[in-house]
Amino acid sequence: MRARVYVSLKKSVLDPQGKTIHHSLQNIGFRQITEVRQGKFFEIDFASDLTREEVQAEVEKIARDVLTNPVIEEFSYRIE
Amino acid sequence: MKFGVLMFPGSNCEHDAYHAIRKVMGQPAEFIWHQSTDLKDCQAIIVPGGFSYGDYLRTGAIARFSPVMGAVRQFADRGGLVLGICNGFQILLESGLLPGAMLRNRGLKYVCRQVSIRVENARIPFTGLAREGDVWNIPIGHMEGNYALDADAFRKLERNRQVVFRYCTPDGEITAAANPNGSVANVAGICNSSGNVLGMMPHPERASEPLLGSEDGVRLFRSMIQSRSQV
Repeated sequence: MRARVYVSLKKSVLDPQGKTIHHSLQNIGFRQITEVRQGKFFEIDFASDLTREEVQAEVEKIARDVLTNPVIEEFSYRIE
Repeated sequence: MKFGVLMFPGSNCEHDAYHAIRKVMGQPAEFIWHQSTDLKDCQAIIVPGGFSYGDYLRTGAIARFSPVMGAVRQFADRGGLVLGICNGFQILLESGLLPGAMLRNRGLKYVCRQVSIRVENARIPFTGLAREGDVWNIPIGHMEGNYALDADAFRKLERNRQVVFRYCTPDGEITAAANPNGSVANVAGICNSSGNVLGMMPHPERASEPLLGSEDGVRLFRSMIQSRSQV
């Protein structure tokens, strides 16, 4: 099974990279964009003998303890 | 006083710190490899600057899981002096030894220059020989020094006098223009609630000899040594 984990800065945290990308997009003509947030994306493959519930538990632990810094970041994921 | 200087893959200021302690301060120092859990009876630990583990994932995020950091945590819990400089500060944040996190600099650029910082708390072992309001001239060199903490937690930090250094003008004024990276309230360095763990973005080891343009970093190392010689 494969987990796809998305990590982004919390809404309350200023994202200077997202802001810079937003400005650049506006400058080249994409004027309808109201906000850009930059984040990180991870693909994690698990051994095939794990159940979906086991994978879910592992992914949440990995995302919480390693992939994010909870002071500034949050995550979401899907399992395929 | 014996200092231990940690070495992670990607550390690059460990020799500067080692030099400052041994040659400038005249104190014994030893390197401690990240795989070791033996702190060699050191009385102070320096977590040096650099790019531990290539800054992969987040600055300091991988180094935090090194075996040596478990020993450093126990050492800190027993009251041992731990100084994190630049990437070392980032590692202490990721390890939870200090509160908060680092964001990319506001200007999105690596900033490498001499800055002025004001001593906000002179009652901890790292600043005991300074006076509050003293202005030190010490260089920074970092991409992620934009210190972040939510408003409630930051108020608590200020109440506990855990803000130790703030970026300021050469006259000691705290202004937005003197803030090189967007750090909340111009924070340049903070300590834990008991004052024995300090993290700072400026590099005191790079301001420890006349040749380097400033000796203000010596005041910090001397304070550390003095604090333990009184015990």
